[in-house]
Amino acid sequence: MDRILGGIWVYLAGSPLLWLTVTLAVYLAGQWLFRRSGGRALLNPVALAIALLVPLLLLTDTSYATYFSGAQFIHFLLGPATVALAIPLYIHWERVRRLFPPIVAGLVSGSLTAMLSAIGIAWLFGGSPRVLLSLAPKSVTTPVAMGISEQIGGLPSLTAVMVILTGVVGAIAAPALLEWLRIRDDAVKGFAIGVAAHGIGTARAFQISTLAGAFSGLAIGLNALLTTLLAPLLARLFHLTP
Amino acid sequence: MIGALAILLVFQLVGEALVRSSGVPAPGPVVGMVLLFLALQWRGALPDALRDTAQTLLSHLSLLFVPAGVGIIQYGALLREEWLALAIALVVSTLVTVAVTALAMRAFIRQRAGNRRRG
Repeated sequence: MDRILGGIWVYLAGSPLLWLTVTLAVYLAGQWLFRRSGGRALLNPVALAIALLVPLLLLTDTSYATYFSGAQFIHFLLGPATVALAIPLYIHWERVRRLFPPIVAGLVSGSLTAMLSAIGIAWLFGGSPRVLLSLAPKSVTTPVAMGISEQIGGLPSLTAVMVILTGVVGAIAAPALLEWLRIRDDAVKGFAIGVAAHGIGTARAFQISTLAGAFSGLAIGLNALLTTLLAPLLARLFHLTP
Repeated sequence: MIGALAILLVFQLVGEALVRSSGVPAPGPVVGMVLLFLALQWRGALPDALRDTAQTLLSHLSLLFVPAGVGIIQYGALLREEWLALAIALVVSTLVTVAVTALAMRAFIRQRAGNRRRG
């Protein structure tokens, strides 16, 4: 019996099917839990899935490379999903056009704040240059942030992790913060969440309304472009080298 | 569904190709998004299949971040050493960014509303 089970495990552990399936199952379980709890923000589906998968990989002694060979099919969809953000943008374009000056103001101030505050705070608490550079693009969507990180001398895979954690923090805390600041306009709410917390924040913004989601999606694209331009300049300005 | 997915992939592909060939430091999928938006504007209509596929994909946006997030497993040692700097930087910076963006936008919206009332 053990031999048979061992044989099955050897087969499954080597094929991408196992971890692809497990990732989907864990995500569905997280969603179920999220719904059962009445949409409690603290049970963020991304955070839940990661919190379940990491111990599972450690227990089965599975390397991240093995895990990713299966999960990469999900990761790949980030590209087409980013392209798909054109659709809510198209639907809400009239509103976007009318809010153009506020959007530019929010984008420039938000994008600079995201980078400068992350670098500054981590530096104050003794972060190493590598960590500072990996943190700088943390508010931008994963594939773009990894590219920026590589360009300025950070660790792309560490940046990916920082990006996800940023998204989770934003998704959990931003709606309450915006409520506290008495921001009532869903367009403003969505855009602020998107600038700070990219796609994970956008997933949360779509729960507020499709208008908030559309503005959040718009913010992902715009902040990706601006951060790509500004991050190398800031890294040079602060003489950050890994 | 497959047709709509093909449209998304074609625009991503064109975006990536444009970025690589022009040397513009912009992300390929974002260029693809801009191109698809322009194409929809030019066409003046949104096919139902494309709308539905985009909605399905975007309603599960969270799932797509899980594989990269699990990458945290590779940084046990670094996180043990620098967790305080990282945790404070992530939480404070993210919240400050949300607040600054929202307040800047609101200030501009109010200012314009004020101008309109005066004018």
